Amino acid sequence: MQRDSTWQPSATIEVLRERAALFAKLRHFFAERGVMEVDTPVLAHFGVTDPHLSNLTSSLRHDVVPLHLQTSPEYAMKRLLAAGSGCIYQLGKVFRDDEQGPRHNPEFTMLEWYRVGFTMQQLIDEVVELLRLSVAAPLPRQITYQQLLYETLAIDPLADTVERLQQSLSAYPSIRELAQQETDRDTLLDLAMACIVEPAMDPQQPLIVTHYPASQAALAQLDQSDSRVALRFEVFYGGYELANGYQELTDAAQQAQRFAQDQRRRAQLGKPAAHADPRLLAALTHGLPQCSGVALGFDRLLMAKLGVASIEQVLPFAIDRA
Amino acid sequence: MANYSTNEFKAGLKIMQDGEPCAIVENEMVKPGKGQAFNRVKIRKLISGKVVEKTFKSGDSVEGADVIDIDMAYLYNDGEFWHFMNNDSFEQLAADAKAVGETTKWLVEQDVCTLTLWNGNPIAVTPPNFVELEITETDPGLKGDTAGTGGKPATLSTGAVVRVPLFVQIGEVIKVDTRSGEYVSRVQK
Repeated sequence: MQRDSTWQPSATIEVLRERAALFAKLRHFFAERGVMEVDTPVLAHFGVTDPHLSNLTSSLRHDVVPLHLQTSPEYAMKRLLAAGSGCIYQLGKVFRDDEQGPRHNPEFTMLEWYRVGFTMQQLIDEVVELLRLSVAAPLPRQITYQQLLYETLAIDPLADTVERLQQSLSAYPSIRELAQQETDRDTLLDLAMACIVEPAMDPQQPLIVTHYPASQAALAQLDQSDSRVALRFEVFYGGYELANGYQELTDAAQQAQRFAQDQRRRAQLGKPAAHADPRLLAALTHGLPQCSGVALGFDRLLMAKLGVASIEQVLPFAIDRA
Repeated sequence: MANYSTNEFKAGLKIMQDGEPCAIVENEMVKPGKGQAFNRVKIRKLISGKVVEKTFKSGDSVEGADVIDIDMAYLYNDGEFWHFMNNDSFEQLAADAKAVGETTKWLVEQDVCTLTLWNGNPIAVTPPNFVELEITETDPGLKGDTAGTGGKPATLSTGAVVRVPLFVQIGEVIKVDTRSGEYVSRVQK
């Protein structure tokens, strides 16, 4: 009989020591700045409406109501902010269905934090400081989404027609067929970002991308000086996406519209319907303070620090051994 | 033939692309945190042997290819076709030059090869990892030479040319690794 080695950890004990040290460093970072640690439920009554995220679900034995494993602690943390928590952070597990690969594990650790009164740029500056102090990352380059796509692909994501996008992306053999068939603007932009722009990034140099198109605002405010874009940013480091942040949308009516927009999009993409979380809407109606928040993949941060290519190498037990 | 969703993609899966059966060599999901996920795959076209990269939207389906691998013993070449036999069922199949391709230089009678069949027809023949063949032509080596000094070319009975150590002579049988085309050792007759 062949001996089963799947009892053994995916990461080495040495890496797990680094993991523990990074947890400690991050907690110290926030303690020094007076940001309170919170631990909101992983198991909750509502999931996300985000068209490209899928909740895993479970249920209690004596209750038919499904419970959703959270894809991010965002909704619960915003309820705490609305209740007057002040600046908060969370370092905990989140779950995403259909996400598995060298850089994805269905269960992973997220660092998410919210800063009351911060603008997007103030929060970006804090993310940069955190990267410097926790993993000695070099200073980043900052660029707008529009400029990045223009520089790399000579396309204007805010102005080019779908036909023009199709044409430009068809120049790349590995995505040609899909680019020619695809007629959805945001899907074409995602294709460009994920398959051409991101692989071309310098892994050694953190890159902050700001002002995503309004159609990809998610839960960010739109830019008051240019409503074509949202106050959303992403951080790329190590050759992959590390963090996603917003100057947060605080308007309950607009939030309800975004939920409705997500649901239409889900239907259009043939994805299962998702209920909008009424408790988040109630909290926003009560009043969410002006704030900016960001979610950062802890495991990827550790990957970048150690220079390893696969998420398995930094997890105690990846999904196939869990 | 069944369709496969991108969720089922993994190395070795056989799918149809550009009207040709293909095998997935590598599959990676890429996904912007808030955006559409894609599967970036490397596929090998099983007839032309070309390896190409393709991108699919995650969740899309592609047509599967009815491709199977079976082990068959090589019998003989009639000038046009190479004939193989299934050692269990004694069923015979003939592969054409397109399917056999470069493998012809490694075919030894009775050796068990892997035939790739598409809709029942051979499209590729993979030789065993190691074959034993006789040297029909090589320069006389220098006396006292030992292995590992670069060697010399030797032509084998099938026409294959491999580099062999200088001490190996015409008429000797050698073991060759067909994956690298490299000499492994001499074989006692």
